[in-house]
Amino acid sequence: MALTSREMTGCGTFPHGIHPPERKNFSADASIEVLPTPEEVVIPLLQHLGAPCEPVVKARQTVSMGEMVGQGKGFVTAPVHASINGTVKKTISVTLPNGRHVKAVPIKAEGDQLAGEALFEEIYGGSWATDSNDLTADKMSKAISAAGIVGLGGAAFPTHVKLAVNDEKPIDSLVINGCECEPYLTTDYRLMLEVPGAIIAGAVLAARAVGADNVMVGVEDNKPKAIEALQAAAEGTPVSVVSVRTKYPQGSEKQLIKATLNRDVPLGALPLDVGVVIANVATATTIARAVLRNKPLTHRVVSVTGGGIANPKNILAPIGARLKTLIDFCGGFTPDAARMVAGGPMMGFSFTDLNMPVTKGTSGVTVLTGEDIQRSEETHCVRCGKCVDACPMNLVPSKLALACRAKDLDLAQKYHIMACFECGSCAYTCPAQLPIVQLVRTGKALLAARKK
Amino acid sequence: MEMELTTTELHVAPSPHLSKIGQSTQRMMMDVLIALAPVTAMALFVFQWYAVKQLAVCLISCLAAEALFTKMRRQPLHLKDFSAVVTGVILALSLPGTAPWFVGFIASFVAMGIGKIIFGGIGMNLFNPAMVGRAFVMIAFASMMGASGYEDAGSYVDVITQATPLTAFKQSGIGSPLSSLFLGITNGSLGETSALACLLGGIYLCLRRTASWEIPVGVLVAAGIVGGINDLAGSGAAWTTIHHLLGGALLFGAFFIATDPVSSPLTPKGKFIFGAGVGVLVMIIRIFSGYPEGVMFAVLLMNGVTPLINRWTIPTPFGGEK
Repeated sequence: MALTSREMTGCGTFPHGIHPPERKNFSADASIEVLPTPEEVVIPLLQHLGAPCEPVVKARQTVSMGEMVGQGKGFVTAPVHASINGTVKKTISVTLPNGRHVKAVPIKAEGDQLAGEALFEEIYGGSWATDSNDLTADKMSKAISAAGIVGLGGAAFPTHVKLAVNDEKPIDSLVINGCECEPYLTTDYRLMLEVPGAIIAGAVLAARAVGADNVMVGVEDNKPKAIEALQAAAEGTPVSVVSVRTKYPQGSEKQLIKATLNRDVPLGALPLDVGVVIANVATATTIARAVLRNKPLTHRVVSVTGGGIANPKNILAPIGARLKTLIDFCGGFTPDAARMVAGGPMMGFSFTDLNMPVTKGTSGVTVLTGEDIQRSEETHCVRCGKCVDACPMNLVPSKLALACRAKDLDLAQKYHIMACFECGSCAYTCPAQLPIVQLVRTGKALLAARKK
Repeated sequence: MEMELTTTELHVAPSPHLSKIGQSTQRMMMDVLIALAPVTAMALFVFQWYAVKQLAVCLISCLAAEALFTKMRRQPLHLKDFSAVVTGVILALSLPGTAPWFVGFIASFVAMGIGKIIFGGIGMNLFNPAMVGRAFVMIAFASMMGASGYEDAGSYVDVITQATPLTAFKQSGIGSPLSSLFLGITNGSLGETSALACLLGGIYLCLRRTASWEIPVGVLVAAGIVGGINDLAGSGAAWTTIHHLLGGALLFGAFFIATDPVSSPLTPKGKFIFGAGVGVLVMIIRIFSGYPEGVMFAVLLMNGVTPLINRWTIPTPFGGEK
C-alpha cells in the first residue's frame, strides 16, 4: 500500500507504548444511530478548558436547536448552544464525569423536533465542498469560535484558540487525528467510514485557517476500511491519509506528531511550538459544518459499548442528553455490568450518576464487566522496570509512584512528574498492580497545592 | 411484595480500568522457576543425591525463615508469591553439593533475614538475598566453601573427586575441555556447571521479558572484553576468554543472579551498566585475586552501587532537553 506519502516524515510510530486488547468489535460495525429526542437536555455551562459560560437565556424562554444559551468571557472559552427545540428551565448544578460540579441550563423539549434520518442528514448529509476560496482565515476562525467547537477527542480545548494565526509561531502542518487508540471506542471509526467527506473538508478548511501546507489524517493500521474511505474522499484534495502503527497511546498529540512528522514537542510546550496543529476527526466534521454551513456544535457521536451493555451502539446524541437515555437506548445493562466509564477504559473516568449529561468531550460510555476489571491484589514493587519500557514519555513511573506515595515531591520533580499525561500504560503493565496513575495524580495535586 | 431487580453492583476506581492479563509478581517468580528447570535437572543428573539434599535443605529453610521473620515483623506472609522458593533454589544451586546441611540452613536464614526481611521484605532489599546468604557462609565456613570444600576423594559421584575447573586452572594451570564446560560434566557449584542449561533457561527468561536482556548482555560483553585483553596480554593459554565465559558461575550469575529485578537498576541503560560492572568485576577477581571465582562478590558490589546507577541514569523524558 502506498500510504507513506512524501508528507509523512515520521516512521509511523513512537518509542515505547503498549498493546491493550482492542475490543472494538462490540460496536465497530454498528452504524451511527440517532437518539430519539429526549424529553429534556441539560447543557453544562463549562464543557471545555477555559473560562466558564454565563447563561444568555432566561427561564421559560423558548429556544430552538442551535440557539446560543451560554457564552464566556475572554478568548479561551467556547459558547454552548441549545441542542433541541424547547423551553429553558431554571439553571441547575450537574456533576461532570471528571468530578467537577458545574452550572447547567436545562431545556425541556417542546414542539416539533428534527429527529431520526432527517437530523443525521442535517448534520452530516449533503456534499462537502473543499474548494470554497472566498473564506479568509479570520472569517473561518470567527465561525469556529461562534460554533462553540472544542476538541472532541476528550480534552475539549477550544478549537479556535488552536487555529488562531500566530505570527511568531508559523504552522506548517495540520494532522487530523483518526487514531482512536483507546480500546472499545468506535466513534471516530464510524465517522471515518460514514462521513469521510466532512472530515476531509474540515481538514482542508482548518489547514487553510492556520496556513499549513501539509495536511494529513493519521489513522491506526487496524482500521483499513477507514483508511480506504478517507482516501477515496481525499481524492483531488491536498489531504494525505497516512497509516500509523496500532499502539497505545498513538492518539496522544505528542506521540502522533512523532509518528507522522518525527518532531519532538518539547516538555511543557504545545504542538504549535513545533509548527503543528492536531485536531480530532470528529472535530474536523464540526469545523466543516461551522464554516461551510454556519451551524454550531449541538450533537456528537457517542459510543455506548462494552460487555456491560446489552446492544452496544454508536449514537448521534444531542449535547446535554442524560447518559441514562443513551444506555436505555442500547437496551440497558447486562447482568454482569460492573463499572461505567465516561470515555475509554485507559483514560476515562468511572462514574455512578446516570443523570450526567453528554458533553462535547464525551467520546463514549464504556461499561465493563466484573471480569474486565478483575485484577490481582496489589503487591510490593519489585522494580522490574516494565513500566519504564511502557512509558511513552520515557519516564520512570515506579519511581514516580513511590516518591508520590512517600510525599517526596522534590524526588517526583527530579523524575519529571509533570511530563506524565496519565495515559495509564504503566499501571496497565505493572505486575504488582501498583496504582501508579492515581499516585502520580495525587503527587501533581500536592505539587500544585505547594506552589500556591 | 416484589422487589425490583436492579441491584447491579457498580465499582468506581481511577483509570486505567484494564490491567494486563496474566501478569503478576507470582507469575514472574514462576517464570524464574521454569527457567531454572534445565539447570536444576542438570544439577540432579551430575550431582545426584548431593543436589537433592542441598535443594531440599535450602528450600525448606528459606520458606521457614521467611515465615519466621515476617511473623517477627508482624507482616502479612506472602509465601505464595514464590519469591522465597526462588531464593532457596538459587542459593542451593550456588552452593557446592558437598557442603554439609547446616551450611545451606544457615545461608538460608541469613539470606531471608539479613538479605531480605530486615530491609522490609520483597522489593525492598538492596542486595541479592541468595548472595548475601552465600557470602556469609563463604566466610564463616571458609574450608567447606573454599576450593577444597568442593572435592571429596571418596565420593561415589565422579566429578566430585576432581577439582573444579577454575580451581584446577588457578592452582595447577590445567585447562578443561570446552565441551565439558559447555555440557557441565565438571565439578562446581550445583547449578553453575552446565553452560548449555544456563543458556536455555536464561534465553527463556529474557524472551518472557522477566529478566532484562541488557544485564546478561552487559555481563558477557564486559567479561569478553576484559578476557580478550587478558588473552592478548598472553596469560595462560590453557584458560582463554571462552573458558572464562563458559566456565564457573559466569553464565548462571549473568542470567539468574544479576537479573534479580529488585537489586538491579530500573532503566535499560542502568541495567546494561550494571551488567557490565558485574562482568568487569568477575574478571578482575578471577584474574588478579586469590579466589578462583568472583560472581558472588561482583553481584554484591554492583548491588551496592545500584541506587547510584539509578540516579545517574534518570532517562530524559520525551521532548526533554538532552
